[in-house]
Formats: sequence, structure tokens, C-alpha cells
Amino acid sequence: MQVELRGITRTFATLRAVDRVSLTIRPGVIHGLLGENGAGKSTLMKILAGYYRANEGTVAIDGEPVRFYSPEMAMDRGIGMLYQEPLDFPNLTVLENFRLGAPAGSALAARRLLCRLAARFTFTFDTDALVQTLSIGERQQLELLRLLARGVRVLILDEPTTAISAAQREKLFAALRQLAEEGNSVLFVTHKLAEAAAICSRVTVLARGRVTGEAPLPCPDATLVRMMFGHDLPRVAKPAVTAAQPRSCIRGLTVADRHLTVRELSLTVGAGEVIGLAGLEGSGQRLLLRAAAGLLPVAQGTITLDETVLTGRGYHDYLDAGVAYLPSDRLGEGLVAALTVAEHVALARRRHPLRIDWPSTLVAARTLIDEYQVKGTPETRVRELSGGNQQRLLLGLLPEQLALLLLEHPTRGLDIESSLAVWERLAARARQGTAIMFASADLEELCERSDRIIVFYAGQPTILAAADASVEKLGALIGGAGRAA
Amino acid sequence: MTRRHTLRHRLAITLALWLNRAQRRRLAGLLIALALAALVVAVLGASPWHVAELIFTGSFGTPNAAAYVIDAWVPLLFCAAALLLTFAAGMWNIGIEGQIVMGAVFATGALRLWGAILPPAAALAVAALAAILGGALWALLTGALRFWGNVNEIFGGLGLYFVANSLTVWLVLGPWRRAGIASTSGTEPFPPALWLPDCAGFPVGPVELLLALAAFVLVAFLLRGSHFGLRLKALGNNVEASARLGVPAVRQLCGAFVLAGGLAGLAGWTQVVGATSRHQLYPLISNGYGFLAIMVVLCAGFRPWRSLLIALAFAAIAMGSLQLALQLQLDSALGGVIQGLLVLGLLTARGWQWRQRKRKVWQWTR
Repeated sequence: MQVELRGITRTFATLRAVDRVSLTIRPGVIHGLLGENGAGKSTLMKILAGYYRANEGTVAIDGEPVRFYSPEMAMDRGIGMLYQEPLDFPNLTVLENFRLGAPAGSALAARRLLCRLAARFTFTFDTDALVQTLSIGERQQLELLRLLARGVRVLILDEPTTAISAAQREKLFAALRQLAEEGNSVLFVTHKLAEAAAICSRVTVLARGRVTGEAPLPCPDATLVRMMFGHDLPRVAKPAVTAAQPRSCIRGLTVADRHLTVRELSLTVGAGEVIGLAGLEGSGQRLLLRAAAGLLPVAQGTITLDETVLTGRGYHDYLDAGVAYLPSDRLGEGLVAALTVAEHVALARRRHPLRIDWPSTLVAARTLIDEYQVKGTPETRVRELSGGNQQRLLLGLLPEQLALLLLEHPTRGLDIESSLAVWERLAARARQGTAIMFASADLEELCERSDRIIVFYAGQPTILAAADASVEKLGALIGGAGRAA
Repeated sequence: MTRRHTLRHRLAITLALWLNRAQRRRLAGLLIALALAALVVAVLGASPWHVAELIFTGSFGTPNAAAYVIDAWVPLLFCAAALLLTFAAGMWNIGIEGQIVMGAVFATGALRLWGAILPPAAALAVAALAAILGGALWALLTGALRFWGNVNEIFGGLGLYFVANSLTVWLVLGPWRRAGIASTSGTEPFPPALWLPDCAGFPVGPVELLLALAAFVLVAFLLRGSHFGLRLKALGNNVEASARLGVPAVRQLCGAFVLAGGLAGLAGWTQVVGATSRHQLYPLISNGYGFLAIMVVLCAGFRPWRSLLIALAFAAIAMGSLQLALQLQLDSALGGVIQGLLVLGLLTARGWQWRQRKRKVWQWTR
């Protein structure tokens, strides 16, 4: 069974998540889909799996165009998707989960089928155990078998290795290879180069919603990184910051979340200095930013700001001390979608009387709109603004005096003009003495805008001066060159 | 025929010009709800017109009937004002009934302690403060369970409502029982000195009515023109982003619960000392006003001024439908059926609007 995607486009409000993507998946192949978070991989796969509908373009199976209105329709045609988070029912048993969505039949037959399928891939299940007692890896295996029992022959896996152990990963890979040998197709979505190299025989790279390259594997990492992050351009020299007084000191910082630990990081950021954070998504940049903003508890180490120790204090103490954090998920974490621009201006005032002074708030909102070129009025609801306007509004809402500004993907999803405007603002802040730390997936942006760059690989930082950095060098470091995986 | 045709068209055009899309949908929802109510009445063997007429004359037909409507409007107003605050913050304050009960309990306790010592006006004021304290405490407990115990405010509130009711029964049968009587009918009624005044024999209490209206104005101002209200709205929409923008989320939400509980407590106070109340504490003293107020606020789409009018309409239906039992031998619960249908009709109309914005999962699955 050969699946073709032709000119698929999907927009969300003003964002083109997937932009005229064409892709052919041949039977018996494990096809990798590589790209950074937000590149459009998951959206594209959800269209193929019938979860979203495309605005434009067609899906064809063996040359025949098909339209899916629900995941069930896609499954009837043999296309099934293993989502990033297991979509199962933790309070039902393994067997009950297995039978869900399957045509009615006897429990005994279902049990036999499950055991036979499990034996084929050397998975072991207690069929009567509750799914909540299983590990994520086992739940994935169960979901895989469930899809196969439904007759799925094109299997989509969305970042399947995020939360499973190395042993389970090997088992999963072995099962996928076996499936491919039997003539099924596997679409393997990932942002990890090493994984794509380990299992895929062909890879398509997506960036900013478009296909930026396709290559048979093996293929040099540098080539793939260039496809993922864009091309090398002539450098624009950034005026170097002369050794300034330190604003933020981080000493022996250790932070961790469920997946990752950043250990013993020490860093001093001077006034007006810009530090870029590079790395594949989930390598430690976000942990550092959130710890520095006071949003994550610190396991070890100290964070000081202008010689005040902030370690262990709450986020609002950080705010009062002059630390600000702009998240990449602007509407999810940064702005309140249903409120207007003026209401945000009122909301951002930290000291205030009981009564809102609407006339002065409106004036302030209008000033912000003019100054930051937000395309809207004080009464515009924030959800009606485009991504670039939302980002400019967030910048405009920041307090006048800031010691440390932390940004996550400050120009993601923005067009070139908006990106330039954002950087103009940030440069002005830096000239006033604000220290800036930003994470980005755009290697040129990192090289161009930073004084120093910290490259993260699996939580391990490498600090280098921007003068020594190039897109090639960053690409190699991001891919984990010279380190044990 | 042609004349009627053009008339109908003219009416449709006029409506289209007057009303925007959302308003037309709401009107359609209202009409459907009324049609369904008429159907229910017809199935019960009565004439819908007659029932409508009875409900209207039963609520506004005589000055006394209108007075009873206002008496029911007062606690509804306190509760609707309370709920506007918690709904703005995205919280389902189902426990409002318990807060009314605790307001009544605290008011009764204060009067038993100081009613005979203080001058009546001071005693009544102290009772009001005690009622605010009682309701606020109960609401704060719901909030604390939500934010520190991770118990959803719906379940916490409901649980605390049952606790409050059981407490009332224990008080009425135990420490506060009437001398020589062991019954759940209530505590010893307070002497007339401790009643709020009526309007010269007309059964409406001006004090509680004015207080309720004032509370309503206060809440409307808070939601429209204060930083407190704006922060509540922001939290109700997106807790994460609001906290990032510097809103102290827990303190703010607990503040909403405390204010709402205080207002609900005042509703309980009116049930103990109000001009037309029974002047005693008795089980289930909240009389369902809290739940009814939830319907009012939902119906009004969380808008203050609309809530004011809808609360009046609901009070009228509740009082007017008492006539049904007397005149038509229909159960007065029919009033509740009509109220419920109105809420469902209006909510469905809002659901249609919502559907346009966002396709829900059950709308694309077979």
C-alpha cells in the first residue's frame, strides 16, 4: 500500500502550520519525518490519520484520492497513528483496551488474538492487569497491537521514544523493523537525529511547515542539521559587549524534570549581554530559562540577581526583582486570549488602586500600540492578533526597568519583518543594561544576535563565544558531536 | 394571504435589523423553551395560555403577590451577585447553598448571644456581620480544599453543603432546641424586635432589598471597573498566563470565594431576620435559592444586569406557579420545570454560537 500526500496545507488562524507539503510513503519502508518542535510534523501526521482536515491538498492511497473525516475512517483504510501521549483508558484492563474500537466478538477470541500478536513481537502482557499499572512503553506496545489488530498497514508513530526506557526502545525498534519487512509502512516522527539514523531508511525534513529536504539514510548529520535549521548566510557583526558589571549569577545550578537533568551549570551574565541557548528541543534550554525565571524549583546551586540571592523564592519575587520571562506558547502561557489589549495593560500594572482608571489605561494602550506597531486597537481581543503582534504586545507589556530578560523562541512563527522589529526592541533593552538570555532553533539568529552561546546536548552545556561559533559548528554540537550519546 | 405574507416578512426583516446573530439565536432558544413548556402543560391537560395567565397574576396580579416576588428576589440577588464573582474566576461555586446555611447559622448564633443585650438595630447589624463571616468561612474552606487539597470546588462545595445541613439539624434538635419540643421544625422564633421592618404592613423588607441591590451594584462595579475584577476574569480565562503576568492567583481566587461566601451568608441572614422570614433557624433554610441563582447566572450568560432581570423573572415564576396548585390542581413544581426549560433553551442557543467557533470532538465522530 503506497500513501501519497500531495500539496497538503493546514492553517490555524493566521499560522500556516503545514505549507504545501508533498510526501510519498512506500510499502516496506521505515520513513523518518524529522524537524524541530513546531515544524509541522505532528499536524501533517494528524491530517494523514484523519484527526485534522487539510485546507488544501489530497491524500491518495495506491493512487486513489481519499478523504478522511475522522480517525476511524483512516483506520478503515489501514492508516493508524500512535500519538505522543498514549490515548488509552488507564482504569480499564489490557484486554478491555485491546477490544475497544474493535468489531464485537467474544472475549476469548480477543484474548487469543492479543496473545498471538504479542508473541509475534515478543511482548509480554498480563491481559487482566489495569493499564494504569503498565509503563508508558508497555502501553505503547499495547496500542501498537491494537492498531495492528484493526488491520493497520501504515503505522504513524509520533515521537514514540520520549518517555520510554532504552530496553523498551530496542524492543519497539525491533518490532518496527519486523513490520517493515512484512511489507507494512512505518512513519517515524522525531526530532532526534540519532534515532532517525538508527531506524529509518529514508528521511524527510520539515522546517516551518515546509519540506526542506529528503534523503536516504545513512547521511551525514551536518546535512540533516542544515535542512532542519536553515542555511548559512553571511554574518552580521554584532557590536561586542565590553566586560560589564555582572547582573545575573548562576552557580552550580542543578535542575531536573521528568525526562532530563541539567547538572552543575555556572554562568555569569553581564549587563547588556545577550546569551543564546542552542540545542534540540528538550535538551535543557527550557529548564535553564524556567529555573532562572523562578518557575522551576532548583535542586542545587544558587541564583543571584544584582547581588540579591533569589534561590528558593517565588516567581513573583523574581518579577519584583526585575526578571521577566516570555514563553514560546504566547497564547497558552503569556497572554489571556479572551481579554483585550487595554485589559492586558491594566493587568500588567503590579501596583494599583482598586479602581481601574480606564481613560489613562486606554491612553497607555494606544501608546503601546503605536510604539510597538501592534496591528490592533485597545479594544482588540488578544486572540484576534497574529503571532507577531502578540509577541510585540508581550514585549510592550514588560516593565520599564528589567535586570534579566528570558525569552523562549522570541521570533518563532514570525515573518522576517516582525523578527527584525523584535530584535530591535531587544537590542534597545540590552543597551539599557538588561541582560538577555534566549533560546532559539534558528542557528543564524543565535550566531548573529548572541555574545555567547550555550549549546545543550542531553542536558550537558557547552559554552562558547559567538566569535568562535558558526552554523556548522553549532550544528555539530547540537547533534552531540564528540560526546557519548 | 399576500397581506399576511408581507407582514410576516416585514416582521422578520425588522427582527433581523434589530437583533444581531447572537441575539436572534437567544430569542430562538427562548421561543423553543417556551414552546416546550407549553407542550408539557398541554400534555398535563391544561391550557398553556391559562397557565401563563395564572403565573402572571399569581406573581404581579395583586400588590401582595408582587411583594412575595420581591421577597424571593432578595436572596436570589445576593446569591447571583456571589456567583457572578466566582463564575468570572472560572470557579463553579456549587457550595453556595452551604454558604447560605452557614450565614443563617452564624446569624442565629449571634442573635442568641447578643440579641437580648444589644439594642435591636445593633444586634441585627452584628448578626449580619456574623452571617458574612459564616458564609465567607465556608466558602474559604471550599477554596482551601481546592487549592491546597486538590479537591474540585464542585465536590468540596457539595460536601460542605451536606455538612452545613447536618450541623443545622443537630443545632435545631440539640443545643438550640425549643423548650419542651423535640422537632426539626426550627429553633425558638425571635421576638418581633429582632425582625427587619416591613413597609408599613406591606410584606416587603426595604432594608434587605436595598442591601441586595447595593451588593449587586458593588459586584457589577468590581467586575467592570476594578483591578480585582479584571484579574478574576483573567484567571477565569487562563490561570497560567495570568500568573505569568504577575497576578497572585491563589490569593485572588480565595478572595473571590470569601466575597462570594459573604454575600451568600447575607442571603442566609435574610432568611433568619428578614421582614417576611420565619425568624428562626430550621433545616434546609437555604430553600434552594443558591441552586436557582446558578440557573439565573447561567441564563444571563454571566452578565450582571441581565442577571438582575432574570432573577426577577425566576422569582416571579416560582411565586406565580404556587397559584397552579390552588387553581388548577397542578403541582407547583411545574414552575421549576418551566425555569429549567428556559435555562436549557438559552444554554442550547449559546451552544450553537460556540459550535461555530470550535468543533467539538463529538461533532466529528460518527
